[in-house]
Amino acid sequence: MATVVERPTTASEQAAQAERRRRRRRSAWRRQWVALAFMSPWIIGFSAFYVYPMISSLYFSFTRYDILSQPKWVGFNNYRFMFTSDPLFWVAVRNTLWIIAVMVPLQVIFAIFTASVLTRVRRGLPFYRTVFFLPTMVPLVAAALGFIYLLNPAGPINRILGFLHLPQPLWFVDPSWTKPGLVLIALWGIGQTMIIFLAALLDVPRQLYEAADIEGANPWQKFRHVTLPMISPVIFFSVLIGMIQGFQYFTQAFVISKAGDRTHEVGYPQDSLLFYTSRLYQQGFEGFHMGYAAALSWVLFLVIMVFTVILIRSSRRWVHYQGGFR
Amino acid sequence: MRRRLIGLAVLALLAAACTAGGGSSGPVQTVDPNANHAPVTLTVWSDFSARELGVVTDGLKLATKKYPWLTVKHVGSKDDQAIQRAINGGTPPDVAISFTPDNAARYCATGAWQDLNPYLQSSKVDKNQVWPAGVFSYTSFEGKQCALPMLTDAYGLYYNTDLFKAKGISSPPKTMSELTDMAKKLTEYNPDGSIKVAGFVPLFGFYGSTTVDTMSHAFGAKWYDDQLKPTLSTDPNWAKMFQWQKSMVDAIGYAKLQKFAAKLGGANSEFSAQNGFETGKIAMMLDGEWRNAFIEGDKSKVNYATAPFPVDDAQSDLYGSQQIGGTIAGIPKGVKHSAESWLLLQFMTTDDNYLTTIAHGLKNVPSTVTSLKDPQLQADPKFKTFLDVFANPKSTFKPITPIGQTDTDLLGTFGEKWQAGQVKDLQAGLKSIDQQISKQLQLG
Repeated sequence: MATVVERPTTASEQAAQAERRRRRRRSAWRRQWVALAFMSPWIIGFSAFYVYPMISSLYFSFTRYDILSQPKWVGFNNYRFMFTSDPLFWVAVRNTLWIIAVMVPLQVIFAIFTASVLTRVRRGLPFYRTVFFLPTMVPLVAAALGFIYLLNPAGPINRILGFLHLPQPLWFVDPSWTKPGLVLIALWGIGQTMIIFLAALLDVPRQLYEAADIEGANPWQKFRHVTLPMISPVIFFSVLIGMIQGFQYFTQAFVISKAGDRTHEVGYPQDSLLFYTSRLYQQGFEGFHMGYAAALSWVLFLVIMVFTVILIRSSRRWVHYQGGFR
Repeated sequence: MRRRLIGLAVLALLAAACTAGGGSSGPVQTVDPNANHAPVTLTVWSDFSARELGVVTDGLKLATKKYPWLTVKHVGSKDDQAIQRAINGGTPPDVAISFTPDNAARYCATGAWQDLNPYLQSSKVDKNQVWPAGVFSYTSFEGKQCALPMLTDAYGLYYNTDLFKAKGISSPPKTMSELTDMAKKLTEYNPDGSIKVAGFVPLFGFYGSTTVDTMSHAFGAKWYDDQLKPTLSTDPNWAKMFQWQKSMVDAIGYAKLQKFAAKLGGANSEFSAQNGFETGKIAMMLDGEWRNAFIEGDKSKVNYATAPFPVDDAQSDLYGSQQIGGTIAGIPKGVKHSAESWLLLQFMTTDDNYLTTIAHGLKNVPSTVTSLKDPQLQADPKFKTFLDVFANPKSTFKPITPIGQTDTDLLGTFGEKWQAGQVKDLQAGLKSIDQQISKQLQLG
């Protein structure tokens, strides 16, 4: 049995070891500093334009703040006001949920339908693909202004409806037709989602359809049991992005409310276009309640987080990933 | 160590956040306009654009003509938010122009725009002699004069003289009862029952001038009491105004009026040649003095005249007055050349030559007592109506408060619901708006 006898180290060896450790540490520090130097543009940008505004807005949400004078600490007053004393908060919540519940599913269904039709096109696919994608390139404000013209009660759409002896809604003038009008704008601008669905549909393995044919599946069964599961990751992505955008819905509604007459209040007519972010804008930039607007934005942030987590959790049950990867 | 550093950084950020804003005040200095002065360039921000920007920029050249050492750089398309951001960022323009008098209270209360009373006293400007009383309703708040008017708008009645003649009406209405009767008489219908010509469109939210503000003025309705407590439910004139408006709407039919307004092109037709009054489809309309310029610019063939807007039968003393209010200008806090800024602001708000020059260009009402007497403007009877309305001591803007346009927005939406028949109990509805405005005021 061998025994190891530790040789006592001399003072000079100990000093050499300490020197080596120092060098290694210095070298590690230098590497860290070099990495930090390379990362510094991002760190500065992230701190200045993301961390700082977030911390500031969280602080402001507990203050009475009008931008022009010193913020004054009010504790949870803004949050209490939101849930107990601001009736328009709930109007905005209802309108926003309407848009998410109606517009997002319709967008997904319409995008799948359009993409499915395009998979059957034999000639000129690039042309049709471009035509359907083009509206995505139009800025939101321009699109909204275009639809104000198209859906003007005396405009071309209503003239066609009149020619066909169909009812002619007052669209953006009648509170019961404003949100359906917005849905039309959303469906018109479906191009980006449609392109993703088109790629997903073309990616479904042919042999799955052949196997379904052998099993005697009809077209609906093939769509339900082959196509839908195979494109479910894209559906999940579209629903998630659509939901987040729905919570932040603003531009089109704002332009339509204010277009033509600057005296119209945000949400015109009759608060039918008052969405959550519209209320936030109204309070922050028209009522100068920047503290309350900050509180609204934090509640929105938290709600989006909760809904996102719920959607991600639920996706385990209905999203099918090829190869079982999640 | 790292945690401590992060903690310090968070504290520093919070401290920086806490110190946003702020300002100081002190004794004011003024410039002797007759003495020699080193060259100075001052920046003026406004929300003017296109043709109007050119008119005001040209007008400001008169300042350089009067004070050769002064160069004025006029920057357009700067709205109130841009001005507020610049003030907050410490780089304000030397003089700021705003189209939103509703915001003046906020500027006064926060000190974002400097109190001009010391400057006015130092320059021996007697404001009560220079401007009609009504301008102080939208330029001062709680004793602070943080803005001054640079031109203004005034509202009145436009009426189609051909349609009046055809129906045998010889003079414009002076009371709301007369307006109701004439409107009914002037309204014509198509065979399908839709409106062919509207005597008067009483819908809130139709064109920008038919608002709860302007209509309430005709009934002498008061927004707030002396303690800034909303009085919509306690001043009976509000209920009177809303009931009159609803009776007008119901006499013709809400759906019919909506369709008529929509067929004209809705709000989009207001500033176009398709405007209902300019095309002869509306016989009487409440509008501002600028409509004269639009009628001319759109080459409308309508034959018309103007008059003060009718008032509540029981308050005939209000006749001749209406809502007024328009462009305001002030000196933001933190300007580098406050004395020179004041000299320029004084020029922009009191120099009759400058005011009448841009009033001719913009077709707005000049804002000083003396500039109102401009012979060229006085010579046009259609425009003179608005000069007289502005000069009327009972003409005012709605009371301004630190919540900006929030009160008018709340009441405007209520008015839209009311006229659509969605409000069952008017008094309860007004009380609810009172409470909402109070809560907004408490929110700060």
